Amino acid sequence: MTGEPLTDPIFKTGDQVRIHDSNPPGHRRTPDYIKGKIGVIERYCGAFVNPEESAYGFDGLPKKHLYRVRFDQTHIWDKYDGNASDTLDLEMYEHWLRPINAAAPEPRKAIVQ
Amino acid sequence: MSDKQVELNEHGHELLAWSDDSRHDVDEADHYVLMADAIRDLLIEKGVIKAGDVREQLEFMDSRSEDMGARIVARAWANPDFKERLLANGTEAIKEFDIPMLDAELVVVENTNEFHNMVVCTLCSCYPRTILGMPPDWYKSKTYRSRSVNEPRAVLKEFGTDLADDVAVRVHDSNADMRYLVLPLRPEGTDGWSEPELAKLVSRDSMIGVSPATEPATEPET
Repeated sequence: MTGEPLTDPIFKTGDQVRIHDSNPPGHRRTPDYIKGKIGVIERYCGAFVNPEESAYGFDGLPKKHLYRVRFDQTHIWDKYDGNASDTLDLEMYEHWLRPINAAAPEPRKAIVQ
Repeated sequence: MSDKQVELNEHGHELLAWSDDSRHDVDEADHYVLMADAIRDLLIEKGVIKAGDVREQLEFMDSRSEDMGARIVARAWANPDFKERLLANGTEAIKEFDIPMLDAELVVVENTNEFHNMVVCTLCSCYPRTILGMPPDWYKSKTYRSRSVNEPRAVLKEFGTDLADDVAVRVHDSNADMRYLVLPLRPEGTDGWSEPELAKLVSRDSMIGVSPATEPATEPET
């Protein structure tokens, strides 16, 4: 048990994703302002301990894939007062990301050795 | 000597003594200080950590300052190869400075004539502490954390940074495992400057992205 993710990363740089709009209780690293918004994967960051588990004394394993996602500011905020090319990047764990146009989360593909 | 009553907690530890009027002045900060001290005492009592571990960590964090970041930026300005490696993988590139990133990864974002980067942590106060030292109070304030994501240009203006309309602002919300360092634009008139000379122009705030690097005096200081 190395704690590495059980599956390969689902998304790649340039993919459009929607942030899952959900308010589960507990420690989450997904700010409210970005829930339900659509962005583009800027880069894959690697796999990291899941803070939603480690915050409560669990080991947070297996690790979760983490991405940087880029959003247009004019998309996030209704009354954004700035340049149309202004952007905001933040880091999202894979389980908060949904493929664009998908009504439901896609089933995870297991790695076939 | 003193007839002061010493209060003990249930573990027989002396309660913290503050100033004489401390009982009238207990605010939220005091509450969290007390909680943190209690957790530390319990961890020590249960053998999870030693008192020396806490002291060593404090000493290490206090030894960090923005001078580390300034050296990194200066090398990136002076050395294109290093800059390329730094932008591609910050964590790997700064190993040559012997600066640890601890559990986080470093992402370096470059200011250009087209893009201006600024860093915030809306959820708490994530900050590249091993590179920049402890964050300034304003970085941790709810005002900066909320406003810099939805009106970054207004915030920048209040810091004295008035961007041209054709420069795009890239805000980076440092909300998970990455830590961010802004590589500011190299000031004009610094051709041929050495890394130590360049480092003097690199302010903390320019590496958070709320201000440009310092403009040089007409002659480099030696």
